[in-house]
Amino acid sequence: MPNYELIQQDGLETSLLEVSMGPHHPSTHGVFRMDVKLDGETVVDLKPVFGYLHRNHEKLAEAMSYLASMPFTDRLDYFNSMTNNWAYALAAEQLIEIEIPERAEYLRVIMSELTRLVNHVSLVGFFVNDLGALGTPLLYAFREREKILDLFEQASGARMMCNYFRFGGLRCDVPEGWLDRTREVVDRFPKFLDEYEKLLCENEIILSRTQGVGNLSKELAINAGITGPMLRASGVNYDIRKVDNYGIYDRFKFRVPYSKGKVGDCYDRFMVRMLEMRESIEILKQALDGIEAGPIMGNAGKVFKPAKAEAYGRVEAPKGELGFYLVADGTTQPYRYRVRPPSFINLTVLQDMCIGQQVADAVIILGSIDIVLGEVDR
Amino acid sequence: MSLLGGGIFKGMAVTLRNFVGSYFDKERLTTKEYAWRTDDKLPERAGDYPKEEAEQLSDTTTVTHYSRNFPMLLHDEGEPMDTVRCVACQICERECPPQCIYIEKSKDKMERGGNKAQFYPATFDIDVSVCMSCQICVEVCPFDAIVMNSQFELSTPDRFGGLLLRRDDLLKSNDYYHKIHPEEAAARDKRIADEKAAKEAKKKAAEEAKKKAAEAKAKAEAEAKAKEEAESAEKPAEAPAPTHTDAKKEDNGE
Repeated sequence: MPNYELIQQDGLETSLLEVSMGPHHPSTHGVFRMDVKLDGETVVDLKPVFGYLHRNHEKLAEAMSYLASMPFTDRLDYFNSMTNNWAYALAAEQLIEIEIPERAEYLRVIMSELTRLVNHVSLVGFFVNDLGALGTPLLYAFREREKILDLFEQASGARMMCNYFRFGGLRCDVPEGWLDRTREVVDRFPKFLDEYEKLLCENEIILSRTQGVGNLSKELAINAGITGPMLRASGVNYDIRKVDNYGIYDRFKFRVPYSKGKVGDCYDRFMVRMLEMRESIEILKQALDGIEAGPIMGNAGKVFKPAKAEAYGRVEAPKGELGFYLVADGTTQPYRYRVRPPSFINLTVLQDMCIGQQVADAVIILGSIDIVLGEVDR
Repeated sequence: MSLLGGGIFKGMAVTLRNFVGSYFDKERLTTKEYAWRTDDKLPERAGDYPKEEAEQLSDTTTVTHYSRNFPMLLHDEGEPMDTVRCVACQICERECPPQCIYIEKSKDKMERGGNKAQFYPATFDIDVSVCMSCQICVEVCPFDAIVMNSQFELSTPDRFGGLLLRRDDLLKSNDYYHKIHPEEAAARDKRIADEKAAKEAKKKAAEEAKKKAAEAKAKAEAEAKAKEEAESAEKPAEAPAPTHTDAKKEDNGE
């Protein structure tokens, strides 16, 4: 950047233009700012500025009981409260010996995969919204999302801030007939996906706007600690559901879509998510077949007071690896509570992907990363 | 390479299919209509909020039976404050993650439903502008006194006092709870009844055991007494003997 030579035109005096995109910009998906240096339309330098939504989540959690942090984890990535709950429960369950009943494990997988559908379907909607397809595809996506949110509401009482997982199981069982309604939604979903794919995947505008834009090489992706669909779009076959086999994921047959191309551009990231939804539906079908009646809460004591220990629990959240690191000091409150948010770490390569691109492409590159500012700023 | 501009036609076709389809297939509708209220009347001006209780009751049909919004205090049949379940133990106040509950314990104790006299909440405030509807208070309550309401029309022109729900605003009957969350309320009532039955059975068992123990004790006592009596009955028969012998001895000695 210091040695950057401006594009010269005959007889015109040119200079760099500094633009502050955000924090209140529709393309930034929340309160996020990009300080962009532009030479004409080309991005020369980009500095992400965030922290506008900082809520002191980690320090707050150290001053309250383990259970009391559970509703706050909903508010990290507010699209995926169920997977946030699971990651935190997974970390806390390592601190004490606790057995999770079979039905709870199945319901956890079902909730997690439904969450993945919600996230990916709305991400794709927002992504094409950033491309300029204002509203219509997003509305179709939100229509499908709403059906799943209704299921969440029936199970947990809330559409988005579910607060449904507990250490050792789930808060309550799903109501009668819920599994049938879920099966209905899951069975209908591929029909919508077919239409959506036909509409978007081969559209000339999407192809020309996203292919070769925002390339992320395999090496950089691995070095920067990128996880989730973004890493897989860069050609690395890495999925924590397969690596860790947490919960009961080893019982399900599913494939992990990843890009075989060399570039890892916005189109790859978009397609990986489209394909992942199909696999989620496969998992959901298997889980709905396998689930049986039974208890949903393990032998958890009333007071959660682990001995001195530390634990790290991670799940494959729809955005990447979501991890919770807990240090217990023998009291009812954690000594240290740390979140490893996928959005935040995936955002670190934004500058590398944007330099040399057009300013309009910076918007869709940011959209393809899939960030939620509640999780970035915590 | 497909036909240039083909995407436009494809997109239009999808839009048309969704537009026409929405008349025949409810799944294609992008919006959902909630019945506003039974008589389909809109509030005339903003000051109409919040509505009368009777109207609020009918409005709860507009949300699902599973949704939760803010907590409320339960009371059983009868005058609200005479049958309130809360005993002001302040566990919910302590456990509430955003610290939105404020309780003051009463100075005197009150008897409810033939149970032991307990404290009652002299003040019980919930600041719903702080509450995040997480339901932790419901889970930690050992008396099933606090549950989630689904009343959502709480908009008010007064943003401080209007959003601070006082004890009397929060008190709702168990019947109302059954109306808004039928499944959950039935399950809760069943659990309470089971626990009560178990407690009574235990109490009965304990009483019986006590009775038995008392009986056994009485029996043992009676036996001991009988034995003692028998012993003492035998003793006098024996006792004089030594004296007799003693006397004899004495006699002999002398």
